[in-house]
Amino acid sequence: MSSTAAVAVHGVRAEHHELGFWRTYIFSEDHKMIGRQFLFMALFMMSIGGLMAMLMRWELAFPETQVPGFHWVPEPFMYDGAIPPNTYNAMFTMHATIMIFFVVMPILVGCFGNFLIPLMIGARDMAFPKLNMLSFWVGAVAGVILLSSFFVTGGPAAAGWTSYAPLSAVPIYTGVDWGQNLWCISIIVLGASSLMGSINYITTIINMRTRGMYFFRLPLVIWSLFITAILLLLALPVLTTAIALLLFDRLGGTHFFLPSGGGEPLLWQHLFWFFGHPEVYIMILPAMGIASDVIATFSRKPIFGYRAMAYAMIAIAFLSWIVWGHHMFVSGMDPVLGSSFMLTTMIIGVPSAIKTFNWLGTLYKGNIHYTAAMMNALAFVAMFVIGGLSGIWMACTPVDMYIHDTYFIVAHIHYVLFGGSLFGVFAGITYWYPKMFGRMMNEALGKIHFWITFVSFNCTFFPMHILGMAGHMRRIYNPQQYDFLKPIIPINEFISISAFVLGAAQFLLLANMIWSYFKGAEASENPWHANTLEWTTPSPPPHGNWPGPVPIVYRGPYEYSSPEVAEDFLPQSQLIEHSMDKAN
Amino acid sequence: MLEYLYFPHDISTYGPKIDWLFELIFWIVMVVWIAVMIAMVVFMIRYRARPGRKAEYIEGNSRLEIIWTTATAAILVVLAFMSRSTWADIKEHGPPGDVFYAVTGKQFNWEITYPGYDGKLGTKDDVTVENELHVPVNKVVRIDLTSKDVIHSFYIPNMRLRQDAVPGRIIHVWFEATETGQYEFPCSQLCGFGHSGMKGNLTVQSQEDFDKWLKDLYANPPAPAEGASPK
Repeated sequence: MSSTAAVAVHGVRAEHHELGFWRTYIFSEDHKMIGRQFLFMALFMMSIGGLMAMLMRWELAFPETQVPGFHWVPEPFMYDGAIPPNTYNAMFTMHATIMIFFVVMPILVGCFGNFLIPLMIGARDMAFPKLNMLSFWVGAVAGVILLSSFFVTGGPAAAGWTSYAPLSAVPIYTGVDWGQNLWCISIIVLGASSLMGSINYITTIINMRTRGMYFFRLPLVIWSLFITAILLLLALPVLTTAIALLLFDRLGGTHFFLPSGGGEPLLWQHLFWFFGHPEVYIMILPAMGIASDVIATFSRKPIFGYRAMAYAMIAIAFLSWIVWGHHMFVSGMDPVLGSSFMLTTMIIGVPSAIKTFNWLGTLYKGNIHYTAAMMNALAFVAMFVIGGLSGIWMACTPVDMYIHDTYFIVAHIHYVLFGGSLFGVFAGITYWYPKMFGRMMNEALGKIHFWITFVSFNCTFFPMHILGMAGHMRRIYNPQQYDFLKPIIPINEFISISAFVLGAAQFLLLANMIWSYFKGAEASENPWHANTLEWTTPSPPPHGNWPGPVPIVYRGPYEYSSPEVAEDFLPQSQLIEHSMDKAN
Repeated sequence: MLEYLYFPHDISTYGPKIDWLFELIFWIVMVVWIAVMIAMVVFMIRYRARPGRKAEYIEGNSRLEIIWTTATAAILVVLAFMSRSTWADIKEHGPPGDVFYAVTGKQFNWEITYPGYDGKLGTKDDVTVENELHVPVNKVVRIDLTSKDVIHSFYIPNMRLRQDAVPGRIIHVWFEATETGQYEFPCSQLCGFGHSGMKGNLTVQSQEDFDKWLKDLYANPPAPAEGASPK
């Protein structure tokens, strides 16, 4: 480690001069390039996952009719543009798999983790640059494997992203053969990629912080990524194991999850959700960190209760291991066990509430600048509150018995994952774009994208709570087959139209990113007048991150509007004579 | 209130308790949500950036942290204990049964087994039909729930009842209908390409109508061949 760091400090820039195209853009070991690669991969996958969502929404509003413009899709995937049931099942399976494993995780952990960790802790690169490169390319292979399942006989996996056994364990139950196998292999490979990334993040954050960057001077986004990396390291192997067993059941004739040979279907659910609930926090913690940084910066105020914010994330990380059973209240698990999971689940709401109150406290008596990044971060808070509160109904076991497996759950997860994670992603992209690409994004276009997304998001997902209350099951292909769901047909149509607007609005973000890359105003070193270390180097930063020596840190990351200086910000690396005593 | 939120009309004895908890959480959530939103919007308007102003340097407040942590924890823990008794009533110790059936999920139908003249399941005179579940009103119905192939979920929206049917396990569920009528009970766990549209018909009848229907069924049982062999 120390020798790596020494090389990084002294020799790194000279070495990188001769790197050609391939080593700079494709097989790069530079954490900033790898971060951008994760971003591009995720945006590409998002377009596919989004398309799946649009097709599903068409089917739910106008069941068994032909989707306009999709007549060219070959049978048996579609019939002259009409979606058959198994294709519908494949679509929601792939939508969720892609969005969770290949969009939200790669952007939040892969992109922001890689790009921000060295820059914000004052390191010249990650601890293991080669491992970092390998992590991206293994992840890309996993993506290719997953997408290739669209082209095998039987189509892609159709057992849901949760892949409950025995449905997923026996090919004839879904009619999908190699599609499901490829799904398993893809997630196993992706697990390896995540492990490499998380080991790298943990090592880097522990060992490579610059002088004066104590743990309680880390920006909250780094705290969140550190905790996320630990969760990834511990949770992913459980999923990998479970999927390996599933693959043995499918290909090797074992019966881990098949009762016909003495296996236990619920074992799959226990293993899956033991991974699955930490996974939920893996996808929200970095967004919380991003929101904290953006809100403090644009409120021009220290984050309210910095230590409480860090402790709340640590508490969430611990509690996330003992709540998995709340996905299984009606699965046949012992009801007494259900009661204890209800209690732990209620308690995990507490640290999330603490964070929300602290974000509000940060706004209080601030001097709030409404940039596009700030608007997205504020939307994150507002939407996360709704997603968090709707979780209380699900935590309550008797109520969950009614709303489990309905659109109430779909509404909840999208308020957390879209309203939460993706608004966090939007905030992060608009905030750090100048540092990543050296250009400012177009603010007006950013705000138009924000408003259309914000309104159509709520029109899409809020009414889903009502569908759930009416008893609308998830994962059904034609709700009009049920008499008791007849009254809510108009709501389904309204949701679908809103969803189409929501989907189309994302092209504005893409257009803004592309246009700004070529035509945006050149970004200065510190366009937002922020305090953290990434803003002390040119945009985009050179190889080795700082042209001169690595900055030294004298204070915490959120000293905005400090009485010590006339300006309303005070960078972590800025030396003030009389503040030395306080810093030490 | 819940009817306005499209809740299906409740016809079970424990449904009102579940709906009451739903409403209780609804009001708690509404109060918290509105309070948070008002605070947020007021702060956003009042503390918007104006030239020449500087934000106030506030790092936090330990007393506030303690207050909102304990208040949130207290509300949530009390809610958990309040829910606990309803859950135990429904799931752990239900009343003794009046009528007994076996319900078996299979791709993509529900098999309903009636116990026959002897009133006992698992004997020769059991009669199995597909998707037609008839029960007497105001009687406790106890069901042995299982599945032949994949996991299905036995869901009666009007009863607020849901329980997964798991192959290799027999899970006991019970309900008591309070009104006669025709209702649907769909499968609510993804079970394959025929999942959508997999549903049974629940008929709640008066005791006389039910007895008559059952007598007819036992006199003319459907051919047993169908449904006996899963794939």
